[in-house]
Amino acid sequence: MILGLNRRDTRFLIIVILLTLFTPFLMQPFSEGSALAQFNGGYPDLMAKVAIFGIFAMGFNILFGLTGYLSFGHAAFLGVGSYSAVWMFKLLTLNVFPALIFAVIISGLFALIIGYISLQRSGIYFSILTLAMAEMSYRLAYSVLTPITNGETGLQIRATDPRIFDSATSSGSPNLFGLELSSSFKWEVLNHVFTFNVGFYFCAFVAIIMFYLTLRIFRSPFGLILRAVKSNQTRLNYTGHNTRPYTLAAFVISGLYAGLAGGLLALMDPLAGAERMVWTASGEVVIMTILGGAGTLLGPVLGAGAIKYLEIIFAKINENVLHGWFGFLPDGLEDFIVFILSRFTGEGWHLTLGLMFMGIIIFLPGGLVQGGQRIAAKFRRKAPNDDDDSEHHPKSTSHVAE
Amino acid sequence: MDAIFLQILNGLDKGSAYALIALGLTLIFGTLGVVNFAHGALFMIGAFCAVTLQKLFGLSYQVIDETQTDFLGKPLKVDVPYLESWLGPEFSAALMDWSVPLAILFSIPIMVVVGFVMERGLIKHFYNRPHADQILVTFGLAIVLQEIVKYFYGANPIQTGAPEMFKGALDFGVLIGFEPNKVIYPVWRLVYFLFSAVVIGGVFAFLRFTTFGMVVRAGMADRETVGLLGINIDKRFTIMFGLAAAVTGMAGVMYTPILAPNYHMGMDFLVLSFVVVVVGGMGSLPGAVLAGFLLGILQSFASMNEVKAILPGIDQIVIYLVAIIILLTRPRGLMGKRGVMEE
Repeated sequence: MILGLNRRDTRFLIIVILLTLFTPFLMQPFSEGSALAQFNGGYPDLMAKVAIFGIFAMGFNILFGLTGYLSFGHAAFLGVGSYSAVWMFKLLTLNVFPALIFAVIISGLFALIIGYISLQRSGIYFSILTLAMAEMSYRLAYSVLTPITNGETGLQIRATDPRIFDSATSSGSPNLFGLELSSSFKWEVLNHVFTFNVGFYFCAFVAIIMFYLTLRIFRSPFGLILRAVKSNQTRLNYTGHNTRPYTLAAFVISGLYAGLAGGLLALMDPLAGAERMVWTASGEVVIMTILGGAGTLLGPVLGAGAIKYLEIIFAKINENVLHGWFGFLPDGLEDFIVFILSRFTGEGWHLTLGLMFMGIIIFLPGGLVQGGQRIAAKFRRKAPNDDDDSEHHPKSTSHVAE
Repeated sequence: MDAIFLQILNGLDKGSAYALIALGLTLIFGTLGVVNFAHGALFMIGAFCAVTLQKLFGLSYQVIDETQTDFLGKPLKVDVPYLESWLGPEFSAALMDWSVPLAILFSIPIMVVVGFVMERGLIKHFYNRPHADQILVTFGLAIVLQEIVKYFYGANPIQTGAPEMFKGALDFGVLIGFEPNKVIYPVWRLVYFLFSAVVIGGVFAFLRFTTFGMVVRAGMADRETVGLLGINIDKRFTIMFGLAAAVTGMAGVMYTPILAPNYHMGMDFLVLSFVVVVVGGMGSLPGAVLAGFLLGILQSFASMNEVKAILPGIDQIVIYLVAIIILLTRPRGLMGKRGVMEE
């Protein structure tokens, strides 16, 4: 028993930690200048985004994956977190800790209010309530709250900000006790360029802590109650449990994760805009969670990683790149294939995303994690019913408490 | 008094759009029990039917006109629409002018087919899945549809004008005894309101006075029993899905002169229409219509300067605020029935 985990969970956690720490290697598998170099995803910006949206999706998964309450307004907490972090940068110091702490506190309070109101209802009414609240926040951030949010321009750090704890000579980007987040170390070996970025490692460190917390929540009696809410809330009520405090706690916890993610986004790029709160941004975290596998530990992180990676890689594949790939084909066929594929890459990335998402919902309700298990089960040739590890083997149960 | 009257009129056209979309959404929900997040996309497809028809009318070929020269001194190439060469200049100009109303006829078969394909091809397989899955798969479908439209029509809004006859504004106040120039109202919005009133009346009459409508209403009340009586209720519900798609599409067609259509208008209207449906009460057709007009009028009152002076920003959020209050105080919405979508 280390850190309150049993042996299998400890092993699982160690694997996740190793995977996270070696991300700069794992996402840079192809050597510079090779034909596949454009599939390299080892940019600090992308890796940090994967970690940040991984945290966001993990938090969302605590609400949606465990209790089944489908919120369509979680981007509001992300936006509030970003705004609070940038305000701390402006008022106090460019050190990251006050910003993150403030982001978490404010978004937690915000989640408490919205959650208290929205959780009066369940099912689709809950979804609509969260959607309405998030749209309200988004529209207010754009209109009357302009003194706080700086409207369409977005809130950013200026040289004239008070920053009472910083010396006058400090530079204009967020730092970790003097170590700038944007600084990175490049290591060139065997034709590969690996980038180790302070910001990414900070985000990754936070993500590992949050992953550990999520693991503990999943294994706790509290997590068990949340799962019971998903499977049958009425029965839980009849056994004498008042479910509202539990669901509210889950909602606030997921709001805290979202606020933290928003704060980290502001660290990587200290510009907070209202478009982070629009309802389709909330839809994106839903897509990430489902794509990876709702209710599983690793699924949301995988989903966030897959979407952020594909988003960047697909945007890079334009018609010229495609022509390069299919140059060996006869001209007419080449043009035809390039024409078809270019509809789905580059500008057409959202089309691919929509189709992929629909495919997952239709054929693989358990997401990528379920897909991986099916493949693994084929190779192991075990009877399908002897998997005892229910957390890693989601059943496609209903999502909304109905 | 006249200011209040003007705001009511202003609310009517938005309210008509909300009511029509919400009516379609409720028809689908009430019959099939499916929460359709791709409904906004249907509205958008309808609007793009109008754009398409306008483009089709404008298709042209080039002829070289020897009598005129361009700035280089060469004979000028003139675009001649096919329509003009077939039907003569006057009639084709009239067709072009009336392209938006004509697009209604054009859109109905397209929307019905789109509705059938959607229902038979995708939504049919989701009857027995949880509502969350229905929401998510139709959300994905909405993304796909809007990206397809974006590919064909580009990302910018496309202007489609109303017929010349309905352009401009009408001094509506004079007709009912106000002073001149107090209540001025664009004619097309009046047309939109009348159109939506006709469509809503038509749908209600269809459900109320035809045998088909009676069967559908019976199916909405108790699907299983109707099925046991030997009626193929699934087929009728599919037809209702097509009808709902057509109603929504027509709402989109007629809305194009008010708001130039762009590919994401569906998502913009989707949230609002869901709010309208929930406020009206899930599954209640009169509720959807009532809530649509009510929220439209409330929104136009909230955008009055006098109101904004007291409550800044209220015009942005009034609909959501009302929705939240109604959902918390009247759990079934304004006219919702007992037992629909309840836990």
